Amino acid sequence: MKIPLSWLKDFIDLNGLSVEDIARKLTLAGMEVDEILYAGLPMPVYKDGEKHEFKTNGIAWDKEKIVVAEIREVKPHPNADKLTLLDLFDGKQEQVVLTGAPNIFHLKGAGKLEKPIKVAYAKEGSTLYDGHADGQVLMTLKRAKIRGVDSYSMVCSEKELGITEESDGIIILDDDAPVGMPLADYIGDAVLDISILPNMARNANVIGIARELAALTGRELKQPKIEFKTSGESVNDLVSIEITNSELNPRFVAGLIRNVKIKPSPYQIQRRLKLAGIRAINNIVDATNYAMLELGEPLHAFDYDVLKARAGKNKIKINTRVAKDGEKLTTLDGVERKLTAKNVLVCDEKGSLSLAGVMGGSESEVYDASKEVLDAKGIETKPGEIPQGKITSRGKSTVNILLEGAAWNFINIRRTAKQHNLPSEASFRFSRGVHPALAEIGVKRGLQYMAEWAGGTVAPGLVDVYPLKPKDSVVEVTSQDAKKLLGIDLTVKEIAALLERLEFKCEIKDTKVRVTAPSHRMDIDEGVVGLADVLEEVARSYGFDNIPVTTMADALPPQVGNPIHEWEEHLRDLLVALGLQEVVTYRMTSVEKESRVAKYDEYVRMANPIAPEKSVLRRSLIASVLDVLEKNIRLGESLSFFEVGSIFEPVKNNLPNEPRKLAIAMTGIREATAWDVKDSAKLDFYDLKGRLELALSGLRLTNVSYTATESTPYLHPGKAAEVKVNGQVMGVFGELHPLVKEQYELGDSPVLVAEFDLELLRKATPTYGIMPVSEFPSIYEDIAIIVDESVLADKIEALIRQTGGKTVTNVRLFDVYRDEKIGAGKKSLAYSLTYQAEKTMTDADAAAIRNKIVKRLEHEVGAKLRS
Amino acid sequence: MLDQLNEIEKSALESLAAIADQAALDAWRISTLGRSSPLMQVFAGFGKLSKEDKPVVGAAANRVKVALESALAERAEAIKNAALAKSLEEEKLDVTLPGRTKHIGRLHPSTQQLRRVLAILAEMGFQVYTSREVETDDINFQMLNFPPDHPARDMQDTFFVEAGDRGDNPILMRTHTSPGQIRAMREAVATNPQNPPPIRIALPGMCFRYEQITARSEIQFNQVEGLAVGKNITFADLKGTIADFVRRMFGEGARLRFRASYFPFTEPSAEVDVECFVCGGKGCQVCKNSGWLEILGCGMVHPNVLKNGGYDPKIYSGFAWGMGPERQLMLRNKINDIRYFWGNDVRFLEQF
Repeated sequence: MKIPLSWLKDFIDLNGLSVEDIARKLTLAGMEVDEILYAGLPMPVYKDGEKHEFKTNGIAWDKEKIVVAEIREVKPHPNADKLTLLDLFDGKQEQVVLTGAPNIFHLKGAGKLEKPIKVAYAKEGSTLYDGHADGQVLMTLKRAKIRGVDSYSMVCSEKELGITEESDGIIILDDDAPVGMPLADYIGDAVLDISILPNMARNANVIGIARELAALTGRELKQPKIEFKTSGESVNDLVSIEITNSELNPRFVAGLIRNVKIKPSPYQIQRRLKLAGIRAINNIVDATNYAMLELGEPLHAFDYDVLKARAGKNKIKINTRVAKDGEKLTTLDGVERKLTAKNVLVCDEKGSLSLAGVMGGSESEVYDASKEVLDAKGIETKPGEIPQGKITSRGKSTVNILLEGAAWNFINIRRTAKQHNLPSEASFRFSRGVHPALAEIGVKRGLQYMAEWAGGTVAPGLVDVYPLKPKDSVVEVTSQDAKKLLGIDLTVKEIAALLERLEFKCEIKDTKVRVTAPSHRMDIDEGVVGLADVLEEVARSYGFDNIPVTTMADALPPQVGNPIHEWEEHLRDLLVALGLQEVVTYRMTSVEKESRVAKYDEYVRMANPIAPEKSVLRRSLIASVLDVLEKNIRLGESLSFFEVGSIFEPVKNNLPNEPRKLAIAMTGIREATAWDVKDSAKLDFYDLKGRLELALSGLRLTNVSYTATESTPYLHPGKAAEVKVNGQVMGVFGELHPLVKEQYELGDSPVLVAEFDLELLRKATPTYGIMPVSEFPSIYEDIAIIVDESVLADKIEALIRQTGGKTVTNVRLFDVYRDEKIGAGKKSLAYSLTYQAEKTMTDADAAAIRNKIVKRLEHEVGAKLRS
Repeated sequence: MLDQLNEIEKSALESLAAIADQAALDAWRISTLGRSSPLMQVFAGFGKLSKEDKPVVGAAANRVKVALESALAERAEAIKNAALAKSLEEEKLDVTLPGRTKHIGRLHPSTQQLRRVLAILAEMGFQVYTSREVETDDINFQMLNFPPDHPARDMQDTFFVEAGDRGDNPILMRTHTSPGQIRAMREAVATNPQNPPPIRIALPGMCFRYEQITARSEIQFNQVEGLAVGKNITFADLKGTIADFVRRMFGEGARLRFRASYFPFTEPSAEVDVECFVCGGKGCQVCKNSGWLEILGCGMVHPNVLKNGGYDPKIYSGFAWGMGPERQLMLRNKINDIRYFWGNDVRFLEQF
């Protein structure tokens, strides 16, 4: 919400406060000022090292150089058809100024003007925005010769002065603009761009912000003076209103003004609207927008004569009702809308007129015959953007206006605006809640401005149907309540004073304040919630910064830790220590992407996917990590990634299961290359296996076994293993199946992957005991045995350990060897054994054990000792 | 004889001075101090000397021997030093050549930041509580005081999951970690329904919002929330706790301010700005020239939320605050594109 400072000053005296002071007070009280835009007023100058406080933009207008002037004659340029020369008086002297402005071009050669035109005049050396540049580019006005004529000054457009981002033509000021006055003193302004929180819709208007400032500064809020003369037949005799559903439409107010003349609004009004980000259209539409921005009540103007024609000889009967499913209405943006029974319509006897609270219908809208393209009121447009209008041929401009101000159910309006994708200034406010009390004051304010700017006469009375008057909430507050929630000591008197500044009515009864919410507030409840609502206002009024800073005195709960989280963090550390890079990926993926490595029938599907490649929740963590590997494949000689996270298993019409998984993918070379390390072997099955062994031992899992598996479709059937702990399968790993690898761009090296179920792994029983470190010397001995190829290494190691018993403390395979001497189908396995006992072992002791081992191996697996 | 000794000494010292290597030195030792050397011959012929000459020649011969031995030791030392100096010179490396590297692993930057945050919270007594990423509408929104179709929902655009018609309770991707507040409170109440225990937890986890993926917005991001519930917890305590956290997280001197704000699940609500730690508040691109960085949202737990968690809001109060680890990293490290986080490009990951 953009609020010009000059407008705020209509309602509160801000003398002695800088723009930054005002912005700071609002920001701390919940109306965050995102940016301050200067359009004329002096900007703060920060000395070196001084602290900034707000994002600022815009320009200050030099008081010496930029002044109000009047054009006395528009003369042709001797050498250029599209330029004119202006005879202009700047309050001190006559000037000749060159311009190409289209909006005074028609006066060229008309001689001395009967009524001089007031303009913004900038002299040599002024700093302005370049009117011809794209965007806002600062420039300094310099002397130049243009087509043979000396040019040293200019008349300014809104773009050049930073009032709007785009403009066509020069500013034409109001007739009463004082010639010679510095422009900054006349219309210099600053605009506060304020974020309006969803519970502060009451402040999405000038008077709302002024009211908050009054509370924050202790100054008086000047209530708007609403006065206008009335004459003619009362609107009550001409129009009736009927409300079908008071929950959806608690109040409907309508007023009538006759004989308006549609034309541009006064420049001061246009300027304020533009600074607030609203296009100026004509005095009638501007009056509805201006009143809305000022008071917060969105208004809708109907062409009274259209309604009258539709009613024929009957009285105009307005009614509000929900639409029939499939009912149609052409809104004033020219779009035919198909409605549902949840949308509320404003209708007359003949049918629908407007989509209540969101957008008017095209047929009954205010029409300006001087414009071929009908401007659409209510469409939210960015500055400089032309809203979609519609060519009509009604022929005659609107002269009589029925002005609507109503209250609507905010939930319903929000739904309708979303359904039809129609965000507008009106629906923004109505969908956050506009108090029904504003309907009446809003209509009156709108009629007042129309009478002022369009010269019409207001009909006596208002049609006001108000079936559902909200009750002002009442809450009782004590000093203890403030102490308990806020931690501050306040007397009931102090509480009352803080709330009264925000227009709450407070009655003190002994130890209690009975607080009644003001009638512009819809966000104050009753009971225990109401108490919190009111205490929030006490805190805001007191100032959050003034609330003390204390240490919690409340009991510290039993400290229990989170073993699952801690275990996962430990696992991450182990994997990082083993050289794996952690990745974190999107939970959302596509079936196509995942099906490259794993195929599932059922997925958790997004009802509103943001993109086709993010339409389901992942079921395979391997797929996620492989995607990362593929993405990085050219970015490293060796890539090892892991992710720890949830996958999502669908459960029909219910929450999915979210099991935690670990996935690993690696490829590339084993050793990092350097200037003298050129060749490294490629990572293979055993590199991954070694890391898994170390990780599992880091988790203190000891009873681990590895079994070949051919049942994991994405793994190479000959290079895949299941990992069992205490006999239970925890995960699989191996080399990626060549056909799966083909689906990816993963280079030539083998790709190794692993996937574990973390719940199973976490629940596997770890062993925490460690072997004592003996003081007696160990004996080391190597033995090599020859066995058939079919004998697996883990079998031999198990036999050695079983036979050697406690004395054999370590068995390490250090060589696997095959050649002709050993014979085809045979292999030699060489083991390094460590013998250790609680005494000094002799070679004879070791030999005795070794002989037992060799005999056992000969007997069980047909091994032969290799000499 | 004495002349002969002087001559031996003189010529031996002269030849020693010319020696530069160990082999020549050994040869010199043998020829000068060896058994058959002229000096040793003098000692050998000692018996033949007269009684008067013996002490004179003996003293002179001994003096020459000691002098030559000491000269030899000195020379040997010099030769050794020269050889060492030479070999050290020859072994000289180009220390500017790059070192041999290793393929090392790292934690994802988000994990690193989550750990920093959670470590501070743990020391402050806030224990980690994690909960599911896919949630029901009632726990993600309604129990946190966002009624269906309420404008507050505009603050959190939502991904919904296909799950048949569940009326007002569809299934969705959690938009914040706050549903964990409800779950944690209910679990605590279940342990002692008559007198529920106080709560102090940290809720980390991935959250999801329906946004276009751009440099500034992502569809998923981590959040960490702190929640304290008890019989005696005030807004002043909230300020104190946040001040402690901010000091630990952003440094001793970090100035902060509380701005009134709105979140459906807290009241009063505030946003906390910390003085820009990039420019010290002078104004820079990171703080958009405002001097302040918005780092967290907080407030007193809304009575409806306490009630929905099973805590009587007439007896209990509490506070909660939430923040984004990725946002913290972006501010601290001047990361200008949030897409880097789930892009997992090693050139990004390797910088943490």
